[in-house]
Order: sequence, then structure tokens, then C-alpha cells
Amino acid sequence: MIGKETTAGRATKFTFLGLWLVFSLFPLYWITVTSLKAPGDIFTFPLAYWPERFSLENYQGLFGTADFGTYLVNSLVVATVAGVIATAISTLSAYVLARFEFRTKSALLMAALVTQMIPSFIALGPLYLLMSDLRLVDNRFGLILVYIAVCVPFCTVMLRGFFANIPDALEEAAMIDGLSRFGALVRVLLPVMRPGIVAAFIFNFVNCWNELFLSVTLMNSDGNKTVPTALNGFISSFNIDWGSMSAAAVLTILPTMVLFAFASRHIVQGLTSGAVKG
Amino acid sequence: MAPAAVFVAVFTYYPMVAGSQMAFRNWNLTDLTDTSWVGWKNFRDVFTDPAWSTVLDNTLLWVVGSIVPQLVIGFAIALWLRRRFRLRGLYQALIFFPWAISGFLIGILFRWMFNSEFGVVNDLLQKAGIIDEPIAWLADPQTAMTAVLIANVWYGVTFFAIMILAALQSIPDELYEAAALDGAGKARTLFQITIPYIRTTLALTVLLRVIWIFNFPDLIFGMTGGGPNNETHIVTTWMIKITQQGDYGKASALGLLVVAILLVFAVFFLLATRERQTGKRGTRA
Repeated sequence: MIGKETTAGRATKFTFLGLWLVFSLFPLYWITVTSLKAPGDIFTFPLAYWPERFSLENYQGLFGTADFGTYLVNSLVVATVAGVIATAISTLSAYVLARFEFRTKSALLMAALVTQMIPSFIALGPLYLLMSDLRLVDNRFGLILVYIAVCVPFCTVMLRGFFANIPDALEEAAMIDGLSRFGALVRVLLPVMRPGIVAAFIFNFVNCWNELFLSVTLMNSDGNKTVPTALNGFISSFNIDWGSMSAAAVLTILPTMVLFAFASRHIVQGLTSGAVKG
Repeated sequence: MAPAAVFVAVFTYYPMVAGSQMAFRNWNLTDLTDTSWVGWKNFRDVFTDPAWSTVLDNTLLWVVGSIVPQLVIGFAIALWLRRRFRLRGLYQALIFFPWAISGFLIGILFRWMFNSEFGVVNDLLQKAGIIDEPIAWLADPQTAMTAVLIANVWYGVTFFAIMILAALQSIPDELYEAAALDGAGKARTLFQITIPYIRTTLALTVLLRVIWIFNFPDLIFGMTGGGPNNETHIVTTWMIKITQQGDYGKASALGLLVVAILLVFAVFFLLATRERQTGKRGTRA
């Protein structure tokens, strides 16, 4: 295929790839190791690259003194509900955009792209005022509504790419067999699309789970905080307690990594198909 | 379709429009009794703020200093991943991991690694004999900028690698066979076949990444919070700080500036890259 590889070439290649892999994974390793040390051992010399005694004290502290369980539940609820609704709305919009021609189509696509260029936090102030007029500040339902709006544009564009890869003939055949257009969508198209839809949901979920600025602005009471907001609170206090911080970071990262590990192939496909095919 | 449009209109476009008019009014949360129109005052406030020139310099450094290494390393990884090898799939999945983490948390991870007293970076550099004394990375503006750039390169390389790899795989093998027959060396093949062939993807990826990195306050926010002494603020982290201080008028003015800068950049970039492209894409908007 692409020319021959020399032994030296192979050696360089794998050395470099190996170094990059180590560099990629080291920060994750380090935060995990830190979180598993006994709180006192974090601040001792020489630095231990493997915990001398394993301890779950940092984790216990999170659920004891800090109310981390509540934050996790808040994040889970908000990210799941917003993720599901945003994915459902986007699936239908993507279907319409992929299968029908209409006059405002390019304008709508453009509008979706513009929201990608202009970040959500640019209008934080006005959004806060709007939400307080609607009495939705410091309200999980309100945050869910905002997150749906943040997720929908990109998710629609991504799903539209998946729909475009499925031949029209599939639904046409189903419709000849007597299914309505909607029936064909639900019974024939969606099952084929399932991996793409699951990936889109995971993408939305992870984005909502990780979102910081909107939730910091909109959620102020302790019982309503999401995990990133709580972590931000850990920073704001003058001295960072790296023991609980590392444990909290691990607990925040872990679920998203598991989800990404499942969906990375499809997310990659969703990201690249748009750009490569133009 | 309609629900999607409604959501985006109410929670994204409405605040943007509302924000645009705020930029021309006196709008401060500390005193909402006076919200009169003040013309360009908020913009003048931005330009005369002593932090503004540092913020601009940092933003430029942040964008260029992140994009260039990300592109070069990402390109190299993509070239090396093109040929199948055992465990390639696993390798790709592993280097994809940073992508699951939020910019804010990445900031926290690196903040801990670059800690002046108990940071692992200082420890490793001392063990390797590169430095004698621990460096207070995040306390000095220059080393702090270097540190946030390293964190961002760590995060962003994967995206380039993935996009470029996908583009590389679309190049027909025949092109390489023909080049090999003509006796073209490795460098010539790279510059005369590979790069021209994937130019569109490269340009598009760079454009997207510039916009994202420009709009990516999360990492700096988590890592330095703009400190020490406002020296690592970029436009967007600074804007968030001003919003949190309650001066919505000034923050909105800054927001409009961001949009204007990005728009001008996008138009210039598209024009510049389109000129060098063949007719295939020239007609598309």
C-alpha cells in the first residue's frame, strides 16, 4: 500500500506513538494515584508514584463532609433528561433536513452553524435575566431547557450526516409495503440508525455532564449544584484540598470515560463524516 | 423540526440579541436603576482597561501556540496510524480518552501536576536533572502561559489526528503507486500528493479549531483562573470574569467584539483557502 517501511522507520514510529500514549494517559494516572493516597501522604517527599498505603479516605470525605452524592445525582438527572430530549428533537430535525428540500433549509443550517461559532456563555448575562423573568433560575428544570438548546444544533448536524448515509430506497421500500412515512421512520430507519443515535446521546450527555459556566451562573443553592459547579466551589476557596479534589475529579471523569469508550468509534465517525465529505 | 428551532431561538438567539443591545446601555447588576443608553461607552471601557492589551496578546498566543503543535503532532500521529498494526484500534481508543474530559477538569488535572511544591512536573524535571530548583509554574505569567499551552496541546492533538487520519484514508492508493513508479521520495510524496489531497479537510479543521480554541475559556479558568494578577486571561475568560462582576454592559460589548473578530477571521480564512483550491469547491458558499 503506502510504500515500504524500513526497520528504522518502524522504530521511530512506535517510539513516538508510545511516548504520546504515555503522555496522554499520565495525567489520568496521576490524579487517580493522588486520590487513592491517604490525605497526609499527598504532601510528603519524595513524591510516591504508587501509593504506599491505599486509602479511600478522600472519597469518604466527599460523601461525608461535602454533599457530593447530591451533586452527582443532580448532574445525572440533568444530563440524562437533557440528553434524551435533545437527541429526540435532533433526530426528527435531522431526518427532515436530510430527506426534504425546502426554502428555509440552508438558512436553518446556517443558523445552527452560527451557534457553534458563538459560544453559549457569550450571552450569560442576558440569559440569566431571561431565566429569572421565567422564574427558572436555580431550578434543575430550567437548566435542562438551556442544555437542550445548547445540544440541539450540533447534534442535528451530526445526525443529519448519519441519515444521509442511509439510502432513500430503504424507506421507499417500506412505504410501498404500506407503512406511512412516520411508520417507515420509526420501524425501519431508526433501528438502522441506532448506533448513531446512541452515540449522539452519549455526546450530549457528556457535554451536559461537563458543562460549567451556564450551571455556575444559573444554579446557586447548594442542593441544586451540578458536579462541575461544586468543583468550581472547591477552587474558589483559597486553599485547594487536593485530596478531595482529586477524588472528585476521578468520580467526574470516570462515567464519561466509560461512555466514551463505548461510543468513541461512532463519535469519531460523526465528527469526521461531515468534514471529509464536505 | 419546530421544537428544535424554538429551543434554539429562545435560549440561544434571544439572549444574544438581548446582549447586543445591552452592549450599548449602562447595565450593571450592582445598580439596575439606571439602564440608560450610553452609546459606545462600554466599548471604550474595554479598550481603555489596562488589562486589554495583555488579554489580546494572550489570546493570540493561546490560539497560535495551541494550534501549531496540535496540527504538527496530530498530523504525525495520523501518518503513523495510517498503516494498520496490531492493537491500532485500542491505541486510537486510548489516545481518545482526553476528549471525554471537560476543559475545566483538564485545567484542574494540570493545575495539580504543575503545583509548585508537590507537583509531579517539577519532580520529574528535577529527577531528569533538567532543573535544580522547583519552578513556581503558575505564579509567573510566562511559565503559566507555557503550562496552559501544554495542557491544551495534550487535549487537542487527538482531534487533529482523527480528522486527518479520516482524510488520509480517502486518498486512493493508486496515487502513491504512481508516485513510487516516478521515483518520488518520501518528502515529495508528502508535499505533492498527501497534503494537496487533504487540503480542504486541513483548512476546515484548522478553521474549526481556531474558533473553538478562541472560545475555550474552560481550561484556563480551571487551571489559573486568569491569574496570576490577570496575566493569563484570554478574551473569553476575561469576559466571564466581567460577567461575574455584574457589569453586563461591558461583558456584552466584549461578546460582540468576539463575534466580530471571529466573523472577520472566518471570512478571510475561507477566502484565502478557497483561492488556492481547485474549481470543485469554488462554487460552494
